Amino acid sequence: MKDALSKFIENAGWPRIIIGLFLLFLFAAAPFVGVRVDTSLSDTLVRVGMNGILVLAMVPMVQSGCGLNFGLPLGIIAGLLGATTSIEFKAQGLAGFGFAMLIAVPIAAVLGFIYAQILNRVKGEEMMIATYVGFSSVALMCMAWLLLPFKSPVMIWGYGGSGLRTTISTEGFWRHVLSDFASVRIGEFFYLPTGMFIFFAIMIFLVWAFFRTKTGTAITAVGSNPEFARASGINVDRMRTVSVMLSTVLGAIGILVYQQSFGFIQLYMGPLFMAFPAVAAILLGGASVNKATMVNVVVGTFLFQGILTMTPSVVNSLIQTDMSEVIRIIVSNGMILYALTRKTQVKR
Amino acid sequence: MYMANKEPLLKVEAVGKEYFGNRVLEGVTFSLNPGEILGLVGENGAGKSTLMNILFGMPVIAQTGGYEGSVTLDGKTIQFATPFDAIDAGIGMVHQEFSLLPGFSATENILLNREPTKYNFLVEVFGDRIKTLDRNEMRRRADDAISKLGFSIDPSTLASEMPVGHKQFTEIAREIDRSNTKLLVLDEPTAVLTESEAEILISALRGLAAKGIAMIFISHRLQEVIDLCDKIVVLRDGHVVKELAPKETDLFKIASLMVGRNVEGDNACRTEREETPVILEVEKLWVDMPGETVREVSFEVQEGEIFGIGGLAGQGKLGVANGIMGLFPAGGAVRLNGEKIRLNDPAYSLSCDMAFVSEDRRGVGLLLDEPIDWNIAFTAMQVQDKFLRKLFGGLVKWRDDALMRAKAEEYISSLEIRCTGPKQRAVELSGGNQQKICLAKAFVVQPKLLFVSEPTRGIDVGAKKLVLNTLQRVNREFGTTIVITSSELEELRSVCDRIAIVDSGRISGILPANCAAERFGLLMMGTSEPIVAGSDITGGNA
Amino acid sequence: MSRTNDVAAKPLFSKMENFKHFLISNSVPIIFLGLSAFAIPLSGFSAEYLVQEMITRLARNSFLVLSLLVPILAGMGLNFGMVLGAMAGQIGLIFVTDWAVVGIPGLILASIISMPIAAFLGYICGNVLNRAKGREMVTSYILGFFINGIYQFVVLYMMGWILPITSPTLVLSRGYGIRNAINLTGMRHALDNAISLSIDLGSETTRFAISIPVSTFLLIAGFCVFIVWFRRTKLGQDMRAIGQDMAAADSAGIAVERTRVIAIVISTVLAAFGQIIFLQNIGTMNTYNSHDQTGMFSIAALLIGGATVSKASIGNVFVGVALFHLMFVVSPMAGKELIGQAQLGEYFRVFVSYGIIAVALVLHAWKRQQERERSRRGLRGEA
Repeated sequence: MKDALSKFIENAGWPRIIIGLFLLFLFAAAPFVGVRVDTSLSDTLVRVGMNGILVLAMVPMVQSGCGLNFGLPLGIIAGLLGATTSIEFKAQGLAGFGFAMLIAVPIAAVLGFIYAQILNRVKGEEMMIATYVGFSSVALMCMAWLLLPFKSPVMIWGYGGSGLRTTISTEGFWRHVLSDFASVRIGEFFYLPTGMFIFFAIMIFLVWAFFRTKTGTAITAVGSNPEFARASGINVDRMRTVSVMLSTVLGAIGILVYQQSFGFIQLYMGPLFMAFPAVAAILLGGASVNKATMVNVVVGTFLFQGILTMTPSVVNSLIQTDMSEVIRIIVSNGMILYALTRKTQVKR
Repeated sequence: MYMANKEPLLKVEAVGKEYFGNRVLEGVTFSLNPGEILGLVGENGAGKSTLMNILFGMPVIAQTGGYEGSVTLDGKTIQFATPFDAIDAGIGMVHQEFSLLPGFSATENILLNREPTKYNFLVEVFGDRIKTLDRNEMRRRADDAISKLGFSIDPSTLASEMPVGHKQFTEIAREIDRSNTKLLVLDEPTAVLTESEAEILISALRGLAAKGIAMIFISHRLQEVIDLCDKIVVLRDGHVVKELAPKETDLFKIASLMVGRNVEGDNACRTEREETPVILEVEKLWVDMPGETVREVSFEVQEGEIFGIGGLAGQGKLGVANGIMGLFPAGGAVRLNGEKIRLNDPAYSLSCDMAFVSEDRRGVGLLLDEPIDWNIAFTAMQVQDKFLRKLFGGLVKWRDDALMRAKAEEYISSLEIRCTGPKQRAVELSGGNQQKICLAKAFVVQPKLLFVSEPTRGIDVGAKKLVLNTLQRVNREFGTTIVITSSELEELRSVCDRIAIVDSGRISGILPANCAAERFGLLMMGTSEPIVAGSDITGGNA
Repeated sequence: MSRTNDVAAKPLFSKMENFKHFLISNSVPIIFLGLSAFAIPLSGFSAEYLVQEMITRLARNSFLVLSLLVPILAGMGLNFGMVLGAMAGQIGLIFVTDWAVVGIPGLILASIISMPIAAFLGYICGNVLNRAKGREMVTSYILGFFINGIYQFVVLYMMGWILPITSPTLVLSRGYGIRNAINLTGMRHALDNAISLSIDLGSETTRFAISIPVSTFLLIAGFCVFIVWFRRTKLGQDMRAIGQDMAAADSAGIAVERTRVIAIVISTVLAAFGQIIFLQNIGTMNTYNSHDQTGMFSIAALLIGGATVSKASIGNVFVGVALFHLMFVVSPMAGKELIGQAQLGEYFRVFVSYGIIAVALVLHAWKRQQERERSRRGLRGEA
C-alpha cells in the first residue's frame, strides 16, 4: 500500500498533487461560501472544452524535441484569418465553422512550415526564439488587420473607418455552434456543451492515432534521442517540420473552437500571451519538455481551468478580495518554471 | 640528465586497484628521480589510465574503494582527495583533450585561475576576487614558462587562433608555470601533432627534464618513447611486465611485452577460411569523426567473413564503421557487391541491407526513455516497414504493438535479456542487457553486412560470452558478414577470420587472426617501418 | 637556441570570408541604420526635436541597458530577469515617496532600500538559472513573470496592511494596496537637473536649443568606467572564463556556480538603480506596468546596437539605445505619412522591437552552429 502510494507520487509529481488537492479543497469549500458546485463544475467543463485543443497543440512539438510551443500565436493567427474570412463571407452555422476551418488549416500549414525552417536552424534555443517569433507575428498582424480589405460592416470600425475592430462578435454566425450541438442542460445551472466535447474527443483521437503511425513513432524517437533517430535513417529536420506544422494547425483549429464558445474573435494584441496558459496547462498535466501524452492534455487542462474558474469565486468570497489575477500569474508561471528547472522527467 | 639522487622523487610501491571485483592493477612498482623521464606503455585496458587516476587524485578512485599499496612523493605518502590536492603537491597533468579557453590569449590561459593580482581598497568590502589582475606580471610569467619550453609564440595570441601544436605547448606551459611543479604527466602528447611538431615537443621536454622536472610520458609511439625516455615501464593486464632501459631494447621487444601472451609454438598465421567473393570494398575512405579521425583507409571484406578492426583508442578504428553508415561526414569510395554506395546518408546505408551497432550505446544506440520493444523494433520499422499494418490501402501505416511485443519477447529469451518485460524502459537495464537490445535491433533488420563496434565494452563476463557467441551463430546460420571493431585484441583474435589494425587514421596492416599477438602489437605501435615480412595480408603461407 | 617553428600560424581564412564574417556580425545595426535613414525624413520631425529626444532617452535608458553587460560576460545570455531589479527599484521608490523624502536624498534612499531587495531577488534568479543550464534565457523570462506575480501580491495586498504605508495618495481607498499611478513630483528630474546644461545653437531662421542632463550622464560614465575596470579584476576574468567554457573553467578550479550567481546579483542591483534613474526622468510611476517593458526594451536596444547573446560592449549599448529610440520616436509619424495611419506606425515599432530580438536570437543560434563548423575546420587544416 505504501509502495503503491509512493509510486503514484513519483509518477504524478508533487506540483500536480498539490494543485489537485487545492482544487479539491476549492470544490469542497464552494458551498460554504455561497458558490454553487454545479455552476462551477459546468463553468470548468466549458472552459476545458474551450481551451483543450490549444493545449493539445503543444503535444507534437514537445514530442519531437522542439520544446514548448511558445510560438502558438502563429497558429492562432491562421485561425483568426479563417474566422474573419468566414464572417466576411457571411458563412453561418456548422457550415460556417467548417468554412473557417477550411481557410485556417492551409494557412496554418504554410505558416508552420516557415516557422519550422527557422526552428530547424536554431536547435537548442527553440523556446526563446519561438516566443519572439510569435510576438513579432502578432505585431505584424496588427498592421495587417488595419490594412486587409475586409468590408463586412460587423467587423469594420464604424463611421467609415478602415481596418478591423479589436473584438468581433460571432453572434449570428457560428457562435456556440459546436457547444450547443447535443448539449445537456440539467436544471438552471448546469450546462454541458456536448458538441464541443465530442469535437475535442475527435481531435484527441486523431492526434493519438497519428502518434501510433510510422511517422508519429519516428517523431517520438526524434524527441527522445535525435542521434538515435538519425542513425536509424530518419530525416530529423523533416520530422521536426511535420510536428511544427501539426502543432500550428491544431493551434488554428483550437482558437476557432475557443471563439465559437467564447462568442468573440479577439484581434490585434489579443493572441500575444495566449501560448502561456496552454504551456502551463500541459506542464501541469505532467508533461516534460520533451514528452507529452493525451492524459497530460486532459488532466492538465482540467486542473488549470479548474483553478482559473474556482479561485475567483471561492477564494474571493472567502477573503473578500479579488486575488484571481495574481494567483493565475503565480500558478501558471510557477508551473513552467518548475518544468524548466527539473533535471529528471516525470515517469508518465 | 640528472645523476640518480639518494631519494627518488616518486615511489610507487605495490599499487593495486579493484573495481567491484574486477581487478585492474596489481603489484605495480617503480620509481622516478627528479629530472628523469619515464615512458609508460601498454595496450588499452592495461591499466595506464587507472594508474594515472590514482596518481592524480581523481575522486573516482576514492569513491570505488581506494587503492592498495602506497605512492610517495618526495618522501611523503600521498593522500589526494581531489586533483587540486595533487596540483598543490606539485604534480601537473597534461591531458589528451585540450582545456584551453578559446577567447583567452596564451598568457591568460597559462595563468588561468592563478593570476597575480594587485590590491585595491574595494577588497575590504567585496573580498579577494575584486583585486585587479597584474597584467605585466602575468606577461612576464607566461614568457618565462614559454621560454622554459624552448619554443616561440606571441603570448598574446588567442587560443582559438593557434595551430594545434601551439595549443599543446600552451597546455604544458600552464602546468610548468606553477612554481612547485616537480612531476609532469603527459598523456599521449604527440597524438595530435605532426612529425615536425612532435620533434619540437620532444626536445622541449628534454630541456625541461634538464631543469629538474621529472616526467611520466605515456605514448603508443614507441620510437618516441625510446628516443626520449630514461626508462620504460611496460604494463600489461594491470601488471608491470618489465622495466627496461631504452638502450637495451627495440620496438619488437617492447611490442611483444605489451601484447604477448603465452607465446604458442604454432605460428600458423594464415586464414583457414575458403576465399569467397568480396562483398565490401573500401577505397581511400576518410571520416571526420572527432577523436577518431580516419585519414585514408582501404580494405576488402569477403562475404560471410568475420572481419576485425582493431587499434588503440583515438587512432581512428571507430571512425570506419561510423563513416560507412553515414553517421559522420565521410568521403572516398565504398562499394557493396561491386556497386558504389552513397555516403553521408544513414537512411541509404540502412536500405542497402547494412546495419550498425554503435559503440556509443547510450548516446546513439538506444532510446533510453522508451521501452525495450520500441528499441528493438524501431530501425526495422522505419527502414523496412516491418511491424506496421497498412490501413486504408496503404495510406496509413499503423504501428503493430502486438507484433513488436512478441518480437521483443523472442529476443528477451534467446539473448537472455534480464528485464521485467518488453515494456521496461531501456534506461533501467544494466549495460550488458542494453547491449543485447542494441544487437537485437540490428538482427531484426536481417542485414547482409553487420558492423558492430565495441560489442563487449563495459559488460560483465557472462554477457560478453553470450554476445560473441551470438555474433558467431548469426554468421554461421545466416551467412551474415560481420565487421567487428574493438579495442580488445584478444576478443578479435578469438572470433575473427582476419583483423586490420588502424593507426593514426590509416591501416597499418591486415593479418589473419591466428597470427601471434605481438605482430598485431607492432602494427599498433605507430611505426613507420613496413610490416615484418613473413606473411602477406590476404593470408597466404608463413 | 630555440629553433624557429615551422608551424607558424598561416592565415586560416581568406579575406573574403573575413569580410562576410564582419557583415554577419554587424548585420543588425546596419539594417537598422538603413531603416532609420528611410523613416526619419518621412516623419517630418525637426532635427532639434530629434536630437533633444535622443539626449533625453540616452540619459534615461542607458543605465538599464548597461546592467545587461555583466551576465553576457559570464556566458549567461540576455538577462530577462533584469525586471526583478526594476521591481526592487520601484519598491524602494514607493517607500521613499511614502516617507516624503525628496530630491537627491530621496533617490539615494530609494537606491539604498532597493539594494538588499534586488540582491536577494538576484540571488534567487542566479540559483534558478544554475538549475536550468542551457535554458537560461527562457527561464529568466518566465521567472520575470513569476516574480511579477509575487510583486503584485506584495504591492497590491500587503502594502498598507502588513507593510506600513500610510500616505493616502499612495494607498487605495479600500485601505491597503498601492494605487495604479504614483506621482514622483518630489524627485522628478532630481538627478537630471542637478547639473544640467542648456545649449543654444540656433540662428535667426532655425531654432536649436537643447538641454543636457550632465549629472545623469556623469553617473552613466561612472558606470562605464566601473565596467571597464571590472573586466580587469579577478572576478571579471573568472566570468570571462566561465562565459567561454564552463567545463574548462571548472577544471581550473574556478567556482562556476557561485560566480554565475554573483553575475546575476550584480546585474539585478544595477537594474534597480537603472529603473530609479528611468523613473525620476519620467516623473510618474505606473506601479503595475512601468517595469513590464523594461526588460524587453533594454534587450531590444542592446541587440540593435550590434550585441549578441554572447558578446556585448559598451559601444553596443549607446549605439543601440540611440537607434532603438530613434526608431521608436519616428515610427508613428512615418507610418502616418506612408499609409495614413499613425496607429500603423505604432504597431510597426512594436513589431520591430519584438522582431529584432527574434532576429538576433536566430542569428546567434545559427552563428553558433556555423562557428562549430569553422573551428572544426581549423583543427583539421585542409585535410
